[in-house]
Amino acid sequence: MNHNHPVFTDNDPQEELVTLNLGPTHPATHGVFQNVLQMDGERIVSGVSTVGYIHRAFEKIAEHRPFYQITPLTDRLNYCSSPINNMGWHMTVEKLLKIEMPKRVDYLRVIIMELSRIADHIICNTIIGQDTGATTTFLYLFQFREHIYEIFEEVCGARLTTNIGRIGGFERDFNEVAFTKINKFLKEFPVALKEFENLLNRNRIFIDRTAGVAEVGKETALDYGWTGPLLRATGIDYDVRVSDPYSSYQDFDFEVPVGTSGDIYDRYLVRNEEMWQSLRIIEQSLEKLKSEPKGIFHADVPEFYLPPKQEVYNNMEALIYHFKIVMGEIDAPKAEIYHAVEGGNGELGFYLINDGGRTPYRLHFRRPSFINYQMFAPMSEGMLLSDAIINMSSMNIIAGELDA
Amino acid sequence: MEQTTLNNDIHVKLVEKFGEKVTAVSEPYGLLTFVTYTDVIHNVLLHLKNELNFNFLTDITAVHYPEKDHGIAVVYHLNNMVERVRIRVKVFIAEKHPTIPTATTIWKAANWMERETYDFFGVKFEGHPDLRRILNMDDLGVHPMLKQYPLEDPNRVDKKDEFFGR
Repeated sequence: MNHNHPVFTDNDPQEELVTLNLGPTHPATHGVFQNVLQMDGERIVSGVSTVGYIHRAFEKIAEHRPFYQITPLTDRLNYCSSPINNMGWHMTVEKLLKIEMPKRVDYLRVIIMELSRIADHIICNTIIGQDTGATTTFLYLFQFREHIYEIFEEVCGARLTTNIGRIGGFERDFNEVAFTKINKFLKEFPVALKEFENLLNRNRIFIDRTAGVAEVGKETALDYGWTGPLLRATGIDYDVRVSDPYSSYQDFDFEVPVGTSGDIYDRYLVRNEEMWQSLRIIEQSLEKLKSEPKGIFHADVPEFYLPPKQEVYNNMEALIYHFKIVMGEIDAPKAEIYHAVEGGNGELGFYLINDGGRTPYRLHFRRPSFINYQMFAPMSEGMLLSDAIINMSSMNIIAGELDA
Repeated sequence: MEQTTLNNDIHVKLVEKFGEKVTAVSEPYGLLTFVTYTDVIHNVLLHLKNELNFNFLTDITAVHYPEKDHGIAVVYHLNNMVERVRIRVKVFIAEKHPTIPTATTIWKAANWMERETYDFFGVKFEGHPDLRRILNMDDLGVHPMLKQYPLEDPNRVDKKDEFFGR
């Protein structure tokens, strides 16, 4: 980023700059973000980001909660794709406990995680459309997020903050309705996504607003720690699903789309292509499920996986396990572990130190939004205010993840 | 198993360069971890980035061990994207004078990560361009992730920390 970017004035005779408070609750920023901007006419001269408006001290709270009670905290990080966070946390604990997961559970997880990735990208891409003035695209595609939430509802009973799954698998098997809904989604969504692309991809106004705006080079992106679609838009094919496969992603055949210039248009295209790839993965996963034994939805680890309620009430063993798990009295090795998953907007990492107590000794979330966002203010220098707004939309910053 | 030989190579190269300054090498869950000291941390990170290809700074954070002499561990996670290796570097610093050289000169990404670590643990990163609190309010007065600060108001009788594990 060139900080000495020339600032073009509008030949304004007044030489003083205007201070503009963009946020904390500005309607154009889709979340609680504050940027204090120095404006020269429509151009941004400099900006300072203030974050932390919805800081909820998750890392401190996590030090006082048993492993099971930390899952609801992860819901509230990137709340646009909470199942990825939930499962990322479950997989961290499973890695710590060295639990071997059945393939069927891995494939079921992959379906849910890819659906949430699609939900996440739908939000981001339709909002870029919205911010460039195309409400139609937003209305066309956004209902499919609703369909995805209906699938989540069928699987776990919740929609936004899902708390989906357990350490060791799922709380129950997917029912027939869930599979019907997934199949229906796979049939209907490609049509709508195609229509969405037809409306925007070669749209003159959209390209004028996005192509060449907020270009970022590979070196700069790496320097600033960017991950996820933002990094891939600059041309680096880093994807945690490929470089560090978890949940059997190595069994799937999919492509990692990359862009070239890292501008807003490339980010939009990368996200769109990722949605197509996610659909491919879900289809393959459904195909693979056919050859897996039916009815397996969790690993066989009674000392870590909550027993069914029926057994807790009727079986002494199950009651003991239930009590021990809920009270955090499980035998977890004293170790430290870093586990990363590919979240909706980048590498979501969990750094867990366990000292053998009931609760983690230390849990740190590597939150992609937080690390991606720090480039926003420096890269806005010299940019038009209206471009900075769509730049922020295209970075897909989620306030919950930003502030933890 | 490939991972282990790769880690061994990195370990050998690090010891060649920094000798006794690379200590407590371990490999928990396949992730090479070692401890180094404040006087060489800047050079270690530079060496890892430029010579050993760890071009990506994944994370900086800290851990507080109140019972230890050097009670604050600053933890760096680096990633070599080409060879797909991760590495963890730790530096233990004294709780009374928690200072460590900044990594912002090596990676710009370190800026907010160090501000977050300062905010929560009070670690002073020397040479940081803008070391202010980031998530908490400016006049908080304490660094809340240190273990001596309880989660709940200690005067409450209905919600004590021991009910929740710690």
